[in-house]
Amino acid sequence: MKRQVTGLVLLLVLVAFLVWGVLPPTMRDFGYPPSDMDDYIIENAQEETANNNVVASVVFDYRLVDTLGEATILFTAVMGVLLLLRASKRKEESS
Amino acid sequence: MLTKIVRTVANQLIVFILIFGLYVIAHGHLTPGGGFQGGAVIVSGVVMMLVAFSSQELKKSLRERVLSIMESTGALILIGLSLAGIGTVFAYNFLVGTPIFGRIPDFGPGPGDFWTGGVVPLMNLAVGLKVVAGLSAVVLALALFASGEEVEE
Repeated sequence: MKRQVTGLVLLLVLVAFLVWGVLPPTMRDFGYPPSDMDDYIIENAQEETANNNVVASVVFDYRLVDTLGEATILFTAVMGVLLLLRASKRKEESS
Repeated sequence: MLTKIVRTVANQLIVFILIFGLYVIAHGHLTPGGGFQGGAVIVSGVVMMLVAFSSQELKKSLRERVLSIMESTGALILIGLSLAGIGTVFAYNFLVGTPIFGRIPDFGPGPGDFWTGGVVPLMNLAVGLKVVAGLSAVVLALALFASGEEVEE
């Protein structure tokens, strides 16, 4: 019973948080996104990064740190798979 | 190993898949796509060869050690290109204005020029190398493990 009440309270808090996230003071009106950063990138990307593809300039120039994190995730995944399969094979041989 | 029809068709088709993947990687700064997407296209070709032929057959031409070295090379090129512009700020596009990929396009929509983009095309190549090698190594390791073969060092 106590667990159920706790779960219900947590659920209500979560729902209130999500509803608060889409209400007007937090989120702007439909069709009017906060666009200061977009306008800056659209107006200056071609001149600053010599790049005709603005999406590519965002991914590989303005937000390169995110791309580095993505590459790190891929590297870790590959390393994990290779290490796991190799270790299991070696364990079979020794036993 | 599948039938001879499947193997022949896969042999013909892999050429076009590789060309399309290389095109997506090399034109990542002009058209939709880039290193990750083009690398995934090439890896789909590798998976096709893995299905058509057996993993033992593919192991003769794709070595995991070489794939690991290729992936680490891609990661090092990426980090080196990011650090090369450290004089201004980390990940600064230091090739803008130089003859190498440095032509500045006119403002507004346009067809684009291949020699634009600064470090972006080079980073696309590095990321493409990394994705191709990494995902191929994963797929090959899983296939070899499933068939009970040992993973080559």
